[in-house]
Amino acid sequence: MKESVEKVIVLGSGALKIGEAGEFDYSGSQALKALREENIKTVLINPNIATVQTSEELADKIYFLPVTPYFVEEVIKKEKPDGILLAFGGQTALNCGIDLYKKNVFEKYNIRVLGTPIQSIIDTEDRDLFIKKLTEINVLTPRSVAVGKVEDAIIAAESLGYPVIIRSAYSLGGQGSAFCKNKEELHEMTSRAFSYSGQILVEESLKGWKEVEYEVVRDRYDNCITVCNMENFDPLGIHTGESIVVAPSQTLTNTEYHKLRELSIKVIRHIGIIGECNIQYALDPNSEEYRVIEVNARLSRSSALASKATGYPLAFIAAKLGVGYGLHELKNSITKTTTAFFEPALDYIVCKIPRWDLNKFDGVSHLIGSSMKSVGEVMSIGRTFEEAIQKGLRMIGQGMHGFVGNRIAGFENIGNELAQPTDMRIFVIAEALEKKFSIDKIHELTKIDKWFLYKLKNIINLKEELTKYNKIDKLPVDTLREAKILGFSDFQLARFVMKSKVDQIANDMITVREYRKSQGILPAVKQIDTLAAEYPAQTNYLYLTYGGKEHDIDYPLSGKSIIVLGSGAYRIGSSVEFDWCSVNALNTINKNGYQSVMINYNPETVSTDYDICDRLYFDELSLERVLDITDLESPEGVIVSTGGQIPNNLAIRLYEQNVKILGTSPLSIDRAENRHKFSSMLDNIGVDQPRWKELTSTGDIHSFVDEIGFPVLVRPSYVLSGAAMNVVSNKDELGHFLEMASLVSKQYPVVVSEFIENAKEIEIDAVAGSGELIAYAISEHVEFAGVHSGDATMIFPPQKIYFETIRRIKRITRQISKELDISGPFNIQFLAKDNDIKVIECNLRASRSMPFVSKVLKTNLIEMATRVMLGEKVEKPNKSIFDLDYVGIKAPQFSFSRLQKADPVLGVDMSSTGEVGCIGEDFYEGILKSMLSVGYSIPRKAILLSTGEPRSKVELIESARELNKKGYKLYATRGTQKFLETNGIEAEVAYWPDEKETPNTIDLIRNKEVDLVINIPKNLSKSELENDYSIRRNAVDFNVPLITNARLASAFILAFCKLDMSDIAIKSWDEYQTL
Amino acid sequence: MPYNFDKIVPGEGTRQIKQKVKLILEDNTVFEGKSFGAEKAISGEVVFNTAMTGYPESLTDPSYKGQILVLTYPLIGNYGAPRTEMENNLHKFHESGNIHISGLVVSDYSFEYSHWNAEESLANWLKNNDIPGIYGIDTRALTKRLREKGTMPGKIIVDDDIPFYDPNDRNLVEEVSVKEKQIYGNGKYKILLIDCGVKYNIIRSLLERNTTVIRVPWDHDISREEYDGLFITNGPGDPKQCRATIENIRKAFTADKPIFGICLGNQLMALASGADTYKLKYGHRSHNQPVIRTGSNRAYITSQNHGFAVDNKTLNNDWEPFFINLNDETNEGMIHKSKPFFSTQFHPEASGGPTDTAFLFDKFIENIEKHQSTIKKG
Repeated sequence: MKESVEKVIVLGSGALKIGEAGEFDYSGSQALKALREENIKTVLINPNIATVQTSEELADKIYFLPVTPYFVEEVIKKEKPDGILLAFGGQTALNCGIDLYKKNVFEKYNIRVLGTPIQSIIDTEDRDLFIKKLTEINVLTPRSVAVGKVEDAIIAAESLGYPVIIRSAYSLGGQGSAFCKNKEELHEMTSRAFSYSGQILVEESLKGWKEVEYEVVRDRYDNCITVCNMENFDPLGIHTGESIVVAPSQTLTNTEYHKLRELSIKVIRHIGIIGECNIQYALDPNSEEYRVIEVNARLSRSSALASKATGYPLAFIAAKLGVGYGLHELKNSITKTTTAFFEPALDYIVCKIPRWDLNKFDGVSHLIGSSMKSVGEVMSIGRTFEEAIQKGLRMIGQGMHGFVGNRIAGFENIGNELAQPTDMRIFVIAEALEKKFSIDKIHELTKIDKWFLYKLKNIINLKEELTKYNKIDKLPVDTLREAKILGFSDFQLARFVMKSKVDQIANDMITVREYRKSQGILPAVKQIDTLAAEYPAQTNYLYLTYGGKEHDIDYPLSGKSIIVLGSGAYRIGSSVEFDWCSVNALNTINKNGYQSVMINYNPETVSTDYDICDRLYFDELSLERVLDITDLESPEGVIVSTGGQIPNNLAIRLYEQNVKILGTSPLSIDRAENRHKFSSMLDNIGVDQPRWKELTSTGDIHSFVDEIGFPVLVRPSYVLSGAAMNVVSNKDELGHFLEMASLVSKQYPVVVSEFIENAKEIEIDAVAGSGELIAYAISEHVEFAGVHSGDATMIFPPQKIYFETIRRIKRITRQISKELDISGPFNIQFLAKDNDIKVIECNLRASRSMPFVSKVLKTNLIEMATRVMLGEKVEKPNKSIFDLDYVGIKAPQFSFSRLQKADPVLGVDMSSTGEVGCIGEDFYEGILKSMLSVGYSIPRKAILLSTGEPRSKVELIESARELNKKGYKLYATRGTQKFLETNGIEAEVAYWPDEKETPNTIDLIRNKEVDLVINIPKNLSKSELENDYSIRRNAVDFNVPLITNARLASAFILAFCKLDMSDIAIKSWDEYQTL
Repeated sequence: MPYNFDKIVPGEGTRQIKQKVKLILEDNTVFEGKSFGAEKAISGEVVFNTAMTGYPESLTDPSYKGQILVLTYPLIGNYGAPRTEMENNLHKFHESGNIHISGLVVSDYSFEYSHWNAEESLANWLKNNDIPGIYGIDTRALTKRLREKGTMPGKIIVDDDIPFYDPNDRNLVEEVSVKEKQIYGNGKYKILLIDCGVKYNIIRSLLERNTTVIRVPWDHDISREEYDGLFITNGPGDPKQCRATIENIRKAFTADKPIFGICLGNQLMALASGADTYKLKYGHRSHNQPVIRTGSNRAYITSQNHGFAVDNKTLNNDWEPFFINLNDETNEGMIHKSKPFFSTQFHPEASGGPTDTAFLFDKFIENIEKHQSTIKKG
């Protein structure tokens, strides 16, 4: 029974950030597909231009605008929809929806909220209402007190007894929640939490209880199902986004499972959800005592995971329920014959493992706890826990080979590390087991259920058995098979049995592979069919396992197949943009009459949606697993250039194993990736590059620096924390750096390059066929070189570069393209200073900016590149960047607020977690839209300036003057104030954090007397003065917008001084016409 | 001596010989695995269950009498075997006094278990009850075979071969039914429960609702019993074997006292009413069977364990289907058009499985209350 809605607004989640990532591209895309099936017109608001959902095929209208009440209302005014979906864009969309509801916007424009009613959402979001609601039906929640100020929090904690946990309402990913062991901690944490939220909750601590989640669905007829339950490997106290999670639960008995299931249904009915929600429980490990921790009345990271874990498309179904269907009226999308009203039966175990990138941040704490810090996740599938976890730990992509066999520097105090978990927790457990810690001891310190620990111990036991042999063909076949069942890779086997040296192991793992194939030890391909084989299913959703002996499908595919390698876990530097590239490659393959095959293991992606390709292998992107699959599929070829760096790195090794790689030759990829080969190639074709050398001794480094002069970029090949790639400006810094990077040797050389200051950075994204340039897009950065291209604000088409520069860039691009005989997508980065062009990087694969430039240019470069790789004849487009009447701006999104203590400053290493791309009438409108989209707001009253070295001070004169004119109150640190005064700009001195005088910078921030902080670091190195760090960190912790780059600050200030909110055009993508 | 991994019990560190055993189906398919239960040969009907929890409940469910149970969920044994504790003269954590399956087939047996309520490992529990268990089987491949060819006789072989046999030729109900009348509880309503292999949670569910449960053997002459409501339980095998029960039910139909039947009870009531039953290709054995209340939009997830079904087409005019399976439209229960009689093919008592339809026990009690008030009025 469908409701009569014709046009629906769908809110996206904006830029990817910690706690809100690719899962919402997946859920939004599913919702759009569901609505399209119903012939409902869709209007999508989402500034995240790299997403799949913001592609032409999915929504009827797309607005690259901030998901904030103001812009959503403006779009409503213009589009006049009759319905809105709030549940598919994460907390961002939900919060925005609640705001609009409270402002009566929906009532005013006669818009129905489809799915769960707003009041139900509010009942789950407001902790007080939530607890009241659950108490009405005698469902237990943690004992807690809601408080509005710090003093009340302390009183509450004393009555509950320490430790307590504090939570803030309307949180995303646990932001603003923390454990407090005593009054001092509570005082500090609550003052911070109150800056995000007017109300916080002080709760009893249930540390050590099991954490279990259910995904629950309800329709308008009150029919309810729980699609999946999941158990956290880590007990309560570690945020579910930070925990390894298994599905289904492993240590719950039938009574426990169904008690919690029954409660889930009771709760969802009472709250009145229509659609999907997630419910989290704490379960006492020693009884059936439970507490409901929270309910998320929307699609979530867990629901995306549950969808991928079970094959049940939660978001798709939720959207259908939103327009009025009953569950029993819909079909199971996998079997297509049975009903959607059912609960999937799994015949495998799924393991989700978070991916952290904490090494990218200076000063950040590595402890994991009740706040989320991970930037991505993987999902592994197996038929034993050991297989699933070992697969998953490899998938994480940080050089790990599984649970064992990793080269990790030993942990200093294993006991402490177990009790105070960090991002290395699982490897600490491995070391503890290897060091003969008892299961009881590890359990006591970690509270991880012993079942998981026993299983991990099985891996250690088998590893020890393996090391007793020295030759692979002497290893008993049964032991070899058992090792594969327990998830050991050929690499691990080579390491444990053959004791391979680092330079030999690549060959040895092939030896292991050949041997085990000769013994018939091969993985079986199994389907994910939602019903554990009870009903026949034509599903193409597959995984490989050694816990089985028979394939579920026939080989090879009827018809020519092309395999696309996906991008793996989202992480800093590689996220949704490569998913867009992969999906577009698959679409192009389908359109051209081939069978498309995808390999990827990231549950947050659209590319792992089984309706996107002919076959989906939800499995590892390792050489071993890809070869397993190419052995079975015998594909026409493999595409390695649309999934970012992981497939790119596999190219040459697949090529060596005689796998046909489509597009640019892996030998060329190697020439571009290898610094020496690439450099000599550039020399040969007469293309300039910054001078550089790979050096193996401190003496050589100093003499090379004497030759090229400061500043220099230093890049160690062995990275210890704090000694990553960095720019150093003087002898002291260099000395300090080399001290930290103590491992300078023949084995671990350091690359030193000339660093050119105040140079523009320009990028080209292009497609070539047989070395011939076919299409290209040139963009420039707002910031000068020195800010990582992933953290830079990009302008496309470029607005401020010389024609001569463009000409030269094109010429160099053609030369490189010809020289490397490129066929497919590629990206080159340049430095430009006074028309002097130097190449700094070249990647023979799709780049991060590919979806941005493709969408702004309205020319799908990936489609073109894929056609080239398929051997199609591709015409040059008759459109160029000079035809665009508008400007695209791509801006980075940072998640520093989640990363306690990290210095929110930009450098040569990337630290943003996501991005937006907006289209403006001109540069300033574009900048304003994009900055508003990543969380900045137009300041209302006062701005704090601390503008660093003289050059950036000068850079900001013009904008400071504009601020003065606009009537903003300016506070400035002493040097800056003096400089401004000299230039006739009025500003009041704000004292440094370590000074006693008032007004003090810190007070201004904490009391929100300023609503924008501009703090420009004094130099490009990260060794900043404590005062500057303190200003920046406080701005982040107290939620005051912060800019740390002078050129970006200037652009933003000029934009909001020139334009008011009302000047911002509310135009959909299709309204921006090319000439 | 070369090391043989088969001889290791993972994790325990103690080495025990893991006997290699075979599961052979009637169609001669052979699955090789290793033993973790009693090391003996056994023959039975091979059936699969797709539930992800609840192996202790399944093992002690009398409806599995004579069957070799394949669990499609691969990781089994995780939470061990529950404590043997009595409450109201019933095992608190088991569905009957014994293990009823003939053998257990799994993919990955967990030699180590962890749960506060566990008393011993699943392996020990099986061994103590002389029930074989095999692990290391591709249970998905096995399940697909059973799905395609139907459930079929099979045998677990250690050394010497034994013949196949089909338990459906036997009166299994007789084997699992109580031998003498037993009374539980002291509640207001007297429920006469015909035990064809009752799961204890049916008795528990009734006792929770202010009843006294009089449990009688499957062929007990009920005409001389005093009761307020009649309950026909679940049980194993072909319903047509239970002629005595069918006859008793037919007599009970002539009166107006409320009747509730579950699973085999549904089939027996159907046969008593003159309808027919048939054998399903591979049955419904899972915790996720969707049923819909006929003529409504209300659907429920149910727990099921049956190999036979009622043929909807053969229901007479006094009866109508109560629930229908949403996947294959088979009968999931029937309800009398005028009298307070109803039955379900699924298990409202759950254990294991979802508890969505427990309200049917309330409906039964309401029927009794209504019936008694009409008698008083009448």
